[in-house]
Amino acid sequence: MLEFIIYKSIICTIIFVVSLGIAAYSTWWERKFAGLLQDRWGPSRAGIWGLLQPLADGGKMLFKEEIIPNVSNKFLFVLAPGLFIVTAIMAGVLIPWGPSVKIGETLYALQVSDINVGVIFLLGVTSIGVYGIMIGGWASNNKYSLLGAIRASAQMISYELAMGIALIALIITAGGTLSFSEIVAAQDKGVANIVWQPLGFIIFFICALAETNRAPFDLAECETELVGGYHTEYSAFKLGLFLFAEYINMFVSSAVMAGFYFGGYNFPFAHELYQAMGLQEGSWLISLIGFGAYFTKTLIFISVFMWIRWTIPRFRYDQLMNLGWKSLLPLSLLNLLITVIVEYFRGNINL
Amino acid sequence: MQLTKRSIVVSNKEQSFAEKIYFPAIIKGMAITFSHLFKKRPTIMYPEVKRQYSDVYRGQHILKLDENGAERCTSCGMCAVACPAEAIIMESAERKKGEEHLYREEKYAKTYEINMLRCIFCGLCEDACPKEAIFLTDRIVDAEYERDTFIYGKDKLVEKIDKRIDVTKRQTPEVLEFKKLPGLKHNELYQKKLNKEKH
Repeated sequence: MLEFIIYKSIICTIIFVVSLGIAAYSTWWERKFAGLLQDRWGPSRAGIWGLLQPLADGGKMLFKEEIIPNVSNKFLFVLAPGLFIVTAIMAGVLIPWGPSVKIGETLYALQVSDINVGVIFLLGVTSIGVYGIMIGGWASNNKYSLLGAIRASAQMISYELAMGIALIALIITAGGTLSFSEIVAAQDKGVANIVWQPLGFIIFFICALAETNRAPFDLAECETELVGGYHTEYSAFKLGLFLFAEYINMFVSSAVMAGFYFGGYNFPFAHELYQAMGLQEGSWLISLIGFGAYFTKTLIFISVFMWIRWTIPRFRYDQLMNLGWKSLLPLSLLNLLITVIVEYFRGNINL
Repeated sequence: MQLTKRSIVVSNKEQSFAEKIYFPAIIKGMAITFSHLFKKRPTIMYPEVKRQYSDVYRGQHILKLDENGAERCTSCGMCAVACPAEAIIMESAERKKGEEHLYREEKYAKTYEINMLRCIFCGLCEDACPKEAIFLTDRIVDAEYERDTFIYGKDKLVEKIDKRIDVTKRQTPEVLEFKKLPGLKHNELYQKKLNKEKH
């Protein structure tokens, strides 16, 4: 029992710290990448290549004056950023970062919790995340904040449906399991799910952009129309938490995409490589290589998120709703139908 | 009527299927942004790398001291008259006995202020100065936090005796030749024009 607690606390701490670190350095990479895409250099003053920029930003956020509007609901106003960041971090517990390590006689999974209904947990936690935005926007007692919050909630509801249906198709392909680690492990022998689910991946990707409130779906923030959207009234560290949570969300959804559709810690010819290196199953080196593969995929997805943000202009609100309800929802249903037919002929479904 | 070759005729025709699904356009746009990753950047990393300035770059002013360390300025006010931006204000005073080592002439500027926010760095004060007291140098005027601190008094303008500033950098042979003209060249041309009109 003690061993179990120690193992879980170590894994928890590592994943918590890594999530925060990645979120911090995502802000740096966002600015750097944006600069590079726009013929600039991006942050370059704090440390080499501006690598200390996240620390400087964090310090600035910490020491700025904290303003709570006196017309706001103070309890909810303070609660909202906390709720947002907690749910953002919570979704990270599902991700199986690599093949299990064998220490002594026991296998240790590189995952905080292998929930057997992981996909449903993921959908649930990400939809709780929108409460942070809603409560924050409403408690601010500000028209712009409220508009941002309404937009965020409408957007979440619209895109959650298409996302859920795209995931149902994925689960059928993955062999009917709802556990994250089993979905990733199922891609070990065969090919990655993207081969069987190209349309599903595109739908999931667009929905993930919308769920994380990233451009071109950042209508909740929408600085050109709504000042700052739901975080207009927030300042100092609470604003920092909001912005931070957005990057954690992005990190988690990138990891989810890499795991669900691109094989997670598996990569082509992995087994041949391990055999050539003479590694036994459960070796820490296999876990390290697998973790590296998964992490690389995740970082590539984060970069793609940013690349999209600095390319595509923001959708108008009615275009967003049209896309969600009139295009993505029917497409995801079509994708489900195609998946069922394909899987029937592959013999994965028995009638 | 077509005004430029780049103008596009706007029409309300139905979007084609490729346009409706956005994807070709999005991928095209992303390819364009991606290509910018490898483009040359025009950024100059300022304090380490400096842009090349012109030889005759006109920067912050200086009130020169003569070779004995006395102020050359005699507070004649020619610079203030020449200044098109009316940025120069001065107050005169008479030199007392025992101050010969401080001021070269019998009259000197008690206060001398240039408002750096008004100054347009045209260099006319330098051309106007009969005593070769004011020069524009290749130094850049610093940024300040307050508007008041942009008004430079004698404390900032007068050359320090132990820290002489080289003003010969701007005095290229062409400039020196130009300065030799009795009455500056643009005045001369103006005079010629006036004469033509009279005849």
